[in-house]
Amino acid sequence: MLISDLIKLVECEVLCGENKLDQKLEHAFGSDLMSDVLAYVEEETLLLTGLTNLQVIRTAEMLDLKAILFVRGKKPSQDVIELASENDIVLMTTNHTMYVTSGILYGQGLKGLSV
Amino acid sequence: MDGMKLEYDVSSEDFSSAGEASSSIKKVLRQLGIESAIIRRVAIATYEAEINVAIHSEGGKINVSIMPESIEIIARDRGPGIADVELAMKKGYSTASSAVRELGFGAGMGLPNMKKCCDDFYLTSELGVFTEVKMIIQM
Repeated sequence: MLISDLIKLVECEVLCGENKLDQKLEHAFGSDLMSDVLAYVEEETLLLTGLTNLQVIRTAEMLDLKAILFVRGKKPSQDVIELASENDIVLMTTNHTMYVTSGILYGQGLKGLSV
Repeated sequence: MDGMKLEYDVSSEDFSSAGEASSSIKKVLRQLGIESAIIRRVAIATYEAEINVAIHSEGGKINVSIMPESIEIIARDRGPGIADVELAMKKGYSTASSAVRELGFGAGMGLPNMKKCCDDFYLTSELGVFTEVKMIIQM
């Protein structure tokens, strides 16, 4: 699905990367453990997380991830948003929980990963 | 041929600048036109190493040598050293504090992740003195 599709499905607010919403996502991975993300995630994967610190952006940068979706209404601070913007990473937030967000997106065809 | 050399300092417990070295290294590799699959492995390995130096040590350095046939990364810190290297390499084993775990680290996957990314992996340590990780990735 395109990033613009998922925004409608889970009612996201876009925090940065408004001009990059036509990119395609194949998979999603929900985790707050950054080393697990580094171990298992490849490109074209949407990262779902409740962590909003700088290292989430660094982790995504190392993996060339295009987008991060913060769940439970979490919003990172401005310096985190700026770092994401410098690295062309789309940041979004949804008020849904991790479980509900995952369920909605999975049901609409966004695949998971195996470990 | 000696290759291109990069060196970065990593400070202890500085979680806002941790990751800057790895980010710089990645940008240099991209400018050199290195294949993206190789860049990805180097990025993950150096980032995990950099985070380990920040989380677990009193500070250290990351040195990268970019040669025509391989990239060598050495992350060396000033202590406190690892008591049991074999135990440290076990997936899920971590000595990270709760403050570090709240950042999303300390799951005990760092060293195994580094080893998985490289072709040759060497971990040496002396308690009270240093820990050094040396990783070689073939091009």
